[in-house]
Amino acid sequence: MQQQIIRETFHLVSKRDDNVCNFLEGGSLIGGSDYKLIYRHYATLYFVFCVDSSESELGILDLIQVFVETLDKCFENVCELDLIFHMDKVHYILQEVVMGGMVLETNMNEIVAQVELQNRMEKSEVSSVHIHIEQPGVTPVQLT
Amino acid sequence: MLSNAPVYKRSVKNIKDVYISHINGKSKEAEIKRINKELANIRSKFKGDKALDGYSKKKYVCKLLFIFLLGHDIDFGHMEAVNLLSSNKYTEKQIGYLFISVLVNSNSELIRLINNAIKNDLSSRNPTFMCLALHCIANVGSREMAEAFAGEIPRILVAGDTMDSVKQSAALCLLRLYKTSPDLVLMGEWTSRVVHLLNDQHMGVVTAAISLITCLSQKNPDEFKTCVSLAVSRLSRIVSSASTDLQDYTYYFVPAPWLSCKLLRLLQCYPPPEDGAVKGRLVECLETILNKAQEPPKSKKVQHSNAKNAILFEAISLIIHYDSEPNLLVRACNQLGQFLQHRETNLRYLALESMCTLASSEFSHEAVKTHIETVINALKTERDVSVRQRAADLLYAMCDRSNAKQIVAEMLSYLETADYSIREEMVLKVAILAEKYAVDYSWYVDTILNLIRIAGDYVSEEVWYRVIQIVINRDDVQGYAAKTVFEALQAPACHENMVKVGGYILGEFGNLIAGDPRSSPLVQFNLLHSKFHLCSVPTRALLLSAYIKFINLFPETKSTIQEVLRSDSQIRNSDVELQQRAVEYLKLSSIASTDVLATVLEEMPPFPERESSILAKLKKKKGPGAVSVNELEEGKREGELNGGGERGGDNSGIAASNASTPSPSADLLGLRTGPPVTAAAPSAGSLLVDVFSEAGVNDDGFLSSAPPSVVSEDTAPPLPESNELLNKFVCKNNGVLFENQLLQIGIKSEYRQNLGRMYLFYGNKTSVQFVTFTTTVTCPGELQSHILHIYTCKHMFILAYTCYDKLNVQTKPVEPLIEGGAQVQQVINIECLSDFCEAPLLNIKFRYGGALQNLTLKLPVTINKFFQPTEMASHDFFQRWKQLSQPQQEAQKIFKANHAMDTEVLKAKLLGLGMALLENVDPNPENFVCAGVIQTKAQQVGSLLRLEPNAQAQMYRLTLRSSKDTVSKRLCELLAEQF
Repeated sequence: MQQQIIRETFHLVSKRDDNVCNFLEGGSLIGGSDYKLIYRHYATLYFVFCVDSSESELGILDLIQVFVETLDKCFENVCELDLIFHMDKVHYILQEVVMGGMVLETNMNEIVAQVELQNRMEKSEVSSVHIHIEQPGVTPVQLT
Repeated sequence: MLSNAPVYKRSVKNIKDVYISHINGKSKEAEIKRINKELANIRSKFKGDKALDGYSKKKYVCKLLFIFLLGHDIDFGHMEAVNLLSSNKYTEKQIGYLFISVLVNSNSELIRLINNAIKNDLSSRNPTFMCLALHCIANVGSREMAEAFAGEIPRILVAGDTMDSVKQSAALCLLRLYKTSPDLVLMGEWTSRVVHLLNDQHMGVVTAAISLITCLSQKNPDEFKTCVSLAVSRLSRIVSSASTDLQDYTYYFVPAPWLSCKLLRLLQCYPPPEDGAVKGRLVECLETILNKAQEPPKSKKVQHSNAKNAILFEAISLIIHYDSEPNLLVRACNQLGQFLQHRETNLRYLALESMCTLASSEFSHEAVKTHIETVINALKTERDVSVRQRAADLLYAMCDRSNAKQIVAEMLSYLETADYSIREEMVLKVAILAEKYAVDYSWYVDTILNLIRIAGDYVSEEVWYRVIQIVINRDDVQGYAAKTVFEALQAPACHENMVKVGGYILGEFGNLIAGDPRSSPLVQFNLLHSKFHLCSVPTRALLLSAYIKFINLFPETKSTIQEVLRSDSQIRNSDVELQQRAVEYLKLSSIASTDVLATVLEEMPPFPERESSILAKLKKKKGPGAVSVNELEEGKREGELNGGGERGGDNSGIAASNASTPSPSADLLGLRTGPPVTAAAPSAGSLLVDVFSEAGVNDDGFLSSAPPSVVSEDTAPPLPESNELLNKFVCKNNGVLFENQLLQIGIKSEYRQNLGRMYLFYGNKTSVQFVTFTTTVTCPGELQSHILHIYTCKHMFILAYTCYDKLNVQTKPVEPLIEGGAQVQQVINIECLSDFCEAPLLNIKFRYGGALQNLTLKLPVTINKFFQPTEMASHDFFQRWKQLSQPQQEAQKIFKANHAMDTEVLKAKLLGLGMALLENVDPNPENFVCAGVIQTKAQQVGSLLRLEPNAQAQMYRLTLRSSKDTVSKRLCELLAEQF
């Protein structure tokens, strides 16, 4: 089901030109005419939010921007691979913006502060407990 | 800044390879193979003898999550994730919660364990842990979670020492629980403190709280009324602040845009403030927002204009919602007008959308109309279908009598190239506008025929039914319609819907154009028949009916048509319906006298007017609220104009063709008649039969292709709750049997010996009349029923006399029309012939608006109603009890108490049952015993009852003995539901 929604949404969104509007009535899977897909297109990535009529469309458009700017701050020049290899981190950041489908925080500094707090806690645990772990041994990723 | 924690890198290293192969486009199989290998590895780790440490658990849970997000199913690891929740390490807890939020569905068995962990974290006073727990509740949001935490969270939300970030999470968490289980979230005492969160220092808290307050206000506006003035003052402070005042909450030079939007949304839950000062302040805010829109932008960035316009659109929505400030409305309209031509597509889209609502306000309707050219242009030139759709919506909304012709013409021409996804809706809209604003009906007929020509596939039944209804109801357009449709049919390829309309209209009104030799009867017939072989079965059926009508209209066509009917392809058609029609029509045309023919095939009577079914369909399509109330009322008004009210009754209802109760959704010519001949035969009215028997026609279901629709439509199955409703009346005789939004059925009944009389009161709860209200009593299964419906021509009374072998039910007719708010009464006489189990079914059909309501209930006639109480002494009772000692004479049930075990209530129920309640008979004073005789026409059945409550176990044992096994069994079943 989840994959189906993603496929359908991608299908809807990816066909659209850049200068058409960023709102579209959702496909059949996401439930009814009360829902809209609001998306932004950044280079190779689409960020798509599905929202009901209780949210302002332009507001959500800005929220996507806030989310992306936050990602950019947290990952330093965020790129596609950051999002894939750090999907848990992305989720934590998203959780600081949207919670249970509702807008939690819109202030980027506040969000970044929360994420940094998490990072500090994570680091302190890692350094104190798992210091003995062998070298991470990541081989450079080759994209052919 | 973030440094990549080594743990994390390691945990996804293997998976990385998978991903690389994924994006490298290696085969799907290779990916699946790799994943399966990894899953097997993780599974073995989890199952291994060695207990995993928290770190490894975390690693593997994280991998599982990753695999899931790649699109693979995960069916294990949940337990390990739950274990991580109780870890005191933040990172382990975090991944555990993430896994659960993403992967655990709300009815998982693990929910109890999860709840426990959440409970611990909520009480930990560690804000980060509390937030994690709150996030998890909000993401899962199950009922169990609501039950566990709905009481706790408001406390966290309003506590003075709660951290801001926790407050934010708590507010949204509560909102989520309220959305899923509103009954469990009781604000009560917290209400005013929650409202006062609007004054909170921290803007983030206000933003989160306002979502909660908005949702709660929508449900309980009165309790949260005080939020209006708080919201206005907060808004006013934001709007008047300089762009730097709010520091972090200023977004690209716009102060707190999200919060402003939310505040404006909250205000849309309420009417304009009554307090003059508050209202003044609010109007000032709205004016400021409108003014700011005209100021030069402080930044060229799109984020700046987005944020600014988000507020502007919300402000305009609020202005439209209030609909009371003409000055603001006109300014809003002008502002939107500017946006209509803006180069940003998003703004054009939103402007079209807002203008749609603006168009329904009387103050701004005219102002909106001035933009008609821009909107038409948008419909023609916009590259984005979403925007074109909005433009079409707006054209529809701004349409009135003055511009209807222009708009309908534009929409029709757009339809030729319109996107497939919106064609059906466009067709409905055009049809509605054409009907609503038709001044001369020839324009209307032209429009609909054009519609069929351009987009025939998208013209639903409702649309072409409607055009036929209107033509039939208006004499002045009939000749024109016949002529136009005749011309349209000349086209070499015409849509099947056109053939349907053509067949119907020429069958009714072909005579009006028969004078012209170019459209003489035979030419008309040949034209129709030339399309016959291209059409589907329902259309062919309709054409056959048109042919028989031709025979009546034009006797000179009789031999030609008879020949067609007689041909093998008709009379031996493999389709039963077609064959039957051919046979019957052929027979009718050769046997019936001209008079009978003329009566049977008389012109259709006018249709009673009601809300356009097309409008109903559009509403259904767009969901409630899509069509404004205004529009509905207008629809009604227009309806009266077109139709001429309730004229239905004055035509003779004898003819088969017009006995079919006219309705937009029911088939006009009985095209879809469900029941085959034999099933329809006994129910086809006897008067109907008389007509034919007079003419010497065999009455066996003749013309069953058009039986009265009340009978032809299938009877609904009994409501699911009908058993429950029946149980309500086992121990009582009066009360409300059924109630829904439309109808209330009250019941009063009295029984003596084996006879009963029941009064049913049908109350119309709406303000609209119910028409063709009919009721039928039948008995399911066990008996052969003979139902005779007698249709009196004028009022369609139904007198049903149902003769069962067990119950004899006689129903007096009920008025076919119930005015809004009125109540009618129906009397039913019942005679019990022998004992029975199944209650008779009461089927009720009527039309409300256009829609057929069809519901079936069980009449609360149960065997115990025919009890005659028998008083007897203790000695007699036990003697009889012993006499009825054969095993099949006894029925016993042990069951749990459904209601409180109150002695007085029990007594009352047992008395209501109809038996005599015998005091001082059972040695145990807690027990109840009763005695009675069931009176049926065939025999009397003595019955004894013993009910033994066990207060400790909250159980009963119920024993029944009677001289007939079926009676014991049935009584036991009935009574077990009562206590």
